[in-house]
Amino acid sequence: MPFIPHTQADVQDMLSAIGAQRIDDLFDEIPSELRAKGLDGIPVGASEMEVTRIMHARATRDGMPLNFIGAGAYEHHIPAAVWQITTRGEFYSAYTPYQAEASQGTLQVVYEYQSMITSLTGLDASNASMYDGASALSEAVLMAVRANRKSKSGRILVPRALHPFYRQVTHNIVKNQGIELVEVDYDRPGGHTPVEALAEYAGQDFAAVVIPQPNFFGVLEDVDQLTDWAHANNALAIAVVNPMALALLKPPGEWGETGADMACGEGQPLGVPLSSGGPYYGFLTCKMELVRQMPGRIVGRTLDIEGKPGFVLTLQAREQHIRRSKATSNICTNQGLAVTASTIYMSIMGADGLERVAAASHANTRKLVDKLTAIDGVEALFSRPAFHESVIRFDRPVADVVRGLADRNIVAGYELGRYYPELDGALLVCATETKTEGDLDSYADSLRQVLG
Amino acid sequence: MLIFEQSSPGRRGSAQAPAELADVSAIPAGLRRTSRALLPEVSELQAVRHYTRLSQKNFSIDTQFYPLGSCTMKYNPRACNSLAMLPEFLHRHPLAPDSLSQGYLACMYDLQEMLKEVTGMKGVSLTPMAGAQGEFAGVAMIRAYHDARGDKARTEILVPDAAHGTNPATAVMCGFEVREIPTNDQGDVDLEALEAAIGPQTAGIMLTNPSTLGVFERRIKKIAEMVHAVGGLLYYDGANLNAILGKVRPGDMGFDVIHMNLHKTFSTPHGGGGPGSGAVGVSERLKPFMPIPIVAREGDKYRWLTEQDMPQSIGRLSAWMGNAGVLLRAYVYARMLGRDGMHRVGEYATLNANYLLAELKKAGFDLAYPGRRATHEFIVTVKRQAKEFGITATDVAKRLLDYGYHAPTIYFPLLVPECLLIEPTETEAKEDLDGFVRTMKKILAEGVENIQTLKDAPVTLPVRRLDEVRAAKKLDLAWRPEQEAGAA
Repeated sequence: MPFIPHTQADVQDMLSAIGAQRIDDLFDEIPSELRAKGLDGIPVGASEMEVTRIMHARATRDGMPLNFIGAGAYEHHIPAAVWQITTRGEFYSAYTPYQAEASQGTLQVVYEYQSMITSLTGLDASNASMYDGASALSEAVLMAVRANRKSKSGRILVPRALHPFYRQVTHNIVKNQGIELVEVDYDRPGGHTPVEALAEYAGQDFAAVVIPQPNFFGVLEDVDQLTDWAHANNALAIAVVNPMALALLKPPGEWGETGADMACGEGQPLGVPLSSGGPYYGFLTCKMELVRQMPGRIVGRTLDIEGKPGFVLTLQAREQHIRRSKATSNICTNQGLAVTASTIYMSIMGADGLERVAAASHANTRKLVDKLTAIDGVEALFSRPAFHESVIRFDRPVADVVRGLADRNIVAGYELGRYYPELDGALLVCATETKTEGDLDSYADSLRQVLG
Repeated sequence: MLIFEQSSPGRRGSAQAPAELADVSAIPAGLRRTSRALLPEVSELQAVRHYTRLSQKNFSIDTQFYPLGSCTMKYNPRACNSLAMLPEFLHRHPLAPDSLSQGYLACMYDLQEMLKEVTGMKGVSLTPMAGAQGEFAGVAMIRAYHDARGDKARTEILVPDAAHGTNPATAVMCGFEVREIPTNDQGDVDLEALEAAIGPQTAGIMLTNPSTLGVFERRIKKIAEMVHAVGGLLYYDGANLNAILGKVRPGDMGFDVIHMNLHKTFSTPHGGGGPGSGAVGVSERLKPFMPIPIVAREGDKYRWLTEQDMPQSIGRLSAWMGNAGVLLRAYVYARMLGRDGMHRVGEYATLNANYLLAELKKAGFDLAYPGRRATHEFIVTVKRQAKEFGITATDVAKRLLDYGYHAPTIYFPLLVPECLLIEPTETEAKEDLDGFVRTMKKILAEGVENIQTLKDAPVTLPVRRLDEVRAAKKLDLAWRPEQEAGAA
């Protein structure tokens, strides 16, 4: 029996210890009309070898196309050591560190992660992670509404240049609590959110302003001005950042006069593979005065009864297993394994390694855009400086171009028209450090063929 | 020792980053970082050694019996991991075109279909990323259903007092008020109290069956009738699905919406606290409201359904499509079990729990619900020993660690004093259960003889009992140079 160790003799011994005749007798409290009949829609069990064949066939079918989509999930080289250690059984098959003494490995990893991510974002406190970048933003918005005592409106100012899925998810998570997201348009041709665009909202009541860096188009925002505007209008500043970009860019804690109050985003670029969108993890950091409004698990360093340092889950009075309906959030897990991978990744890379990866990704995307826009009928759309993504437009329907490139095993980019009707025909492209000069040429050559 | 304390300026894993620092002068200086983040500067070997050693400070299923009640800590088959981590699956971008994703989409579609069949539900969405997000999706669908009917008066969600804390927290996040329903002395929902609580204000009830008390709610059909009669819907918290997998289907019990913890019942790893996966299943009337995206099959092609296909959907709950890698692991597990294997999960999980219950009773432990069958888990209470000898549930738990067993869940559910919630799962062999019983017996004897032995525990682990009060008072949440441990 797959994964069940019982021999016939075991079953007999156990039943007689219980005082039952058959295993079925153990279900005698369940009304007989509720008992399941058969499970005809489920295939019969397959051996590990058979399932291996199926999975290899399906994986091979999808292949390994040359990928130029970023749009919130980024392909970076991951050192082999990262996932070999992460999937050690002691990390992989452990659970939430409720028994701290038997979980010092996991707890110390999270403490080290909190140390690294707070330093990258320039803030004081971090939790042990949220589900993904979008869920981290949703929770940051809820935090801001709880924490901002000067605001009564439950309104949040959100740039349209923020990832459309982040806006959707946040709306879906917070709308039933009477919280409203008010969208601010971006500048054309800049591609950024100028502080002047906020002028019409000056003096109104907002709990927070969301500030992406870079924004969804890859464009860099004037974060200092936006942060100061938020504070001048009694709103908290929530940074949504790519942690890889923070190897180069000013950390949110240093934005404007007093820094952003919270920072969140997708942790995936730091050592987590694309893997169809998950599991990733969302990071969430804040100034110390907001830590009691933070949702999720938090690890603290303390001492044991002999005075030896050790780690525990702390500030648990915020959480659902104690506060129930009055908890800061219903979230009771973190994305522990992905955080473990990220912590190992950051340790191996160091600040210097991260900076090289970020810089190479920036330079590669610039090179790619140069090569593509040298082709007739292709132009770059936005004028402001970008991190490692850019928007290009073709002189013909983008769907045909994308399909033509997919036929040549190239994933060309993300079509923006669906969520930005005014950008119909535009494509968001990204070339990280994983792309060689040959890869960039291969994209350009294939595009030339497709545009023919 | 922290990784930071092994740092040496200028050291790094140089095989792992681009050899050159590329030109970034196009980024305005005012937007740039002026000092480097405090990340470790160590060699690859130092990092490998450090994190390998840290892993060895953990208890895990792969190294210890882990009878943590309500968490279903069963064996996570290694094939699930290696097949989910095939390079093509790892390489796939979440927004890759459907034409280059048919293999992956086929796995997701098949998993949706298998989960429908084993739960008796009519539709499945795989996107929720944990049990609590599955709950959120479920309650949000209940809300969307009533709203779509113009039924705005339904402001309350009913939750039994034995429920997981996530249930009331979720109901509040979805904008409902929570009304608690008491449990009777047999561990069943108090039907008189339920009758008094339901009405036109009832949006729905959230139930776990078997309940967190480790017993099956025998009158579930009656509860379903009562709640449906007043127009409310039934939500099934799938935390304990392992107990009845293949034996009873939530859809047949009358539930309108359920979430499944694939990291429990479908054996995906717990990963030190996540990622999980909280796929949801729904009855016919909630199908239009399921969270997107969902995989559809059209002829021999698969594609994602989005808001354009499902305009009444509660929408997207994750930036992408849920915890895809977890779902692939669950798919491999489900295929290896097949229909017979799924029946056996519920059967052998129940056999192991009832055997352990019988043996612990013989060993002198009291049961919280002595007249009831165990499901896949059961509750022992040391209330009597606490009074007579001062032996608390914490003492038993900490001493178990010394003997190489992970502790059961303690002090949950909140209704039972000094309780240990014990769930052996179907993957443990009889010898391991016997060893656990002998150890529990020994701990009891130690406590009776000299309570200090238990109060001192654990003594064999990397640290002794930790000062949680200090941790919460003197917050030390991140390492910074020149800082003393625990003295922030």
